[in-house]
Amino acid sequence: MTSLPENTTGKKLGLVIDLDTCVGCQACAVSCKEWNTTGHAAPLTDNNPYGAGATGVWLNRIHSYEVSPGTAGSGGMTVNFPRSCLHCEEPACVTVCPTGASYKRAEDGIVLVNPDTCIGCKLCSWACPYGAREYDEDHGVMKKCTLCVDRIYNETFEPEDRQPACVRACPTGARHFGDLGDPQSAVSTLVRERGGVDLMPGLGYRPVNKYLPPRERRVGAEDTPAALAPVEATGGAAEGDGIFRWLDRVLTR
Amino acid sequence: MHPAYSVLLFTTLSGAGYGLLILLGLFGAAGVIPAAPWLGAVGFVVSFGLVTAGLLSSTLHLGHPERAWRAISQWRSSWLSREGVMALFTYLPAGLFALGWVFLGRTTGVWAALGILSAAGALLTLYCTGMIYQSLKTISQWHNDWVTPVYILLGMASGALWFNALLQAFGEGRTFFTWLAIATLLTALVAKFGYWHSIDTAKLLRNPGHATGLGRLGQVRPWESAHTEANYVQREMGFQIARKHAEKLRVYAILAGFIVPLLLCLAVVALNGGLAASVLTVLAALSGMLGLLIERWLFFAEAKHVVTLYYGADSA
Repeated sequence: MTSLPENTTGKKLGLVIDLDTCVGCQACAVSCKEWNTTGHAAPLTDNNPYGAGATGVWLNRIHSYEVSPGTAGSGGMTVNFPRSCLHCEEPACVTVCPTGASYKRAEDGIVLVNPDTCIGCKLCSWACPYGAREYDEDHGVMKKCTLCVDRIYNETFEPEDRQPACVRACPTGARHFGDLGDPQSAVSTLVRERGGVDLMPGLGYRPVNKYLPPRERRVGAEDTPAALAPVEATGGAAEGDGIFRWLDRVLTR
Repeated sequence: MHPAYSVLLFTTLSGAGYGLLILLGLFGAAGVIPAAPWLGAVGFVVSFGLVTAGLLSSTLHLGHPERAWRAISQWRSSWLSREGVMALFTYLPAGLFALGWVFLGRTTGVWAALGILSAAGALLTLYCTGMIYQSLKTISQWHNDWVTPVYILLGMASGALWFNALLQAFGEGRTFFTWLAIATLLTALVAKFGYWHSIDTAKLLRNPGHATGLGRLGQVRPWESAHTEANYVQREMGFQIARKHAEKLRVYAILAGFIVPLLLCLAVVALNGGLAASVLTVLAALSGMLGLLIERWLFFAEAKHVVTLYYGADSA
């Protein structure tokens, strides 16, 4: 049923992504691909992966942006920006689906695609402003982030592993998973404290996932030296060898 | 947006087919045109042929055409599903109306009601198709109040050209029907100009700052690609071949879709019947279809999806 269900539990599972600490290492994207190519959305196609013109489905894409000139005095900054399904509260990708293959779960708000009833019309990907859906040419169905629905409830896993693969893989702790419907949860607290934002709220999709903006840069603080002392060059083979160092100085003149 | 050939064909063919069906239904029911069997047979074969070819063609771009039947289930929320339901429903009264016309020679009474019902079904199907595009908030050139009226009017105009060709071919041609084609063409052209004016003057509201939520920190632009090769999102939503030729394509669409058919129709009025007039009405209809194909292509090429903001577009 592609009409949106009434949320019976108030639970809104989602991710909070910290743009301050993300280093753009792609570990989340790789672990997502690794888990999901055998998980609920399996397989994720990978055509010609080592050649020119590699194509395939990824459920998580990591962009890098330059923000300039930045706030007064801070100069520019680079921001790494992971992009995946935001599990919106008003997901048009679900309501436009003609077959009911695209659906939002009533119990936790996760947006999923049933690969057995998807006809591959691609309309859901047109309706998504966030580019979260990628079409699988080989199997003729749409693929998307499952919020690792096959991990988070998996009781055969250790409790610390019952979270999405991307969250588990992040080396800097930039990805947080939890219930954004519970104002007391760790993720909700984080969003409140750090001023987490929705992407393109004006479109009215009401994303569940939130993004934490980069913190203020500490440029101009009292303990910041005006300039660093120059470092004397000590080059390669000459290092520690008196004659060559002397020759180097002579020749440099 | 990437224009799938099958979708371009579908919207052009079925648009004309439903336009023709509306006119057959209304004028047949009103008794303005005679319930002659051969006129009806050819008219409905052309109309159903265009509609059915369009519908079948639209399933070609599906990943799983064999599951297409599932698409009629979600009419509560999905315009695509509603389109499917209406398209299938319309066959019922239209089929019965055609039977009554062709085999019984009757288009009055209950048969007239069927004719009006098939016209209504065809009109609603066109409306649903237009709304599939107009309901998408992600594409401002489509989320525009002109989209559905223009789509319906273009269907009516191409249908009126075929209707006129049909009547001429069976010696039922009247100057009134040629003027009807001219009037619908002009109305559609005015509406299309309204649409173009609207998208040309609309201010695009979103930039990469909105897309990333980083806008309040400064100007946002990508400095490195997220992946080495183009992905599905870029190929499907970032498609822009023809956008730079938009001006030229608009001229071709106007010439083939409107100016040539209008001139041919005026020539038909001047000739007032005969074989030459018959040939000209068919040429007018064919030229109209060619123009509509270009117009459809342009409709996709001019559509800028907001997701392109993540990949370097300045605005969308």
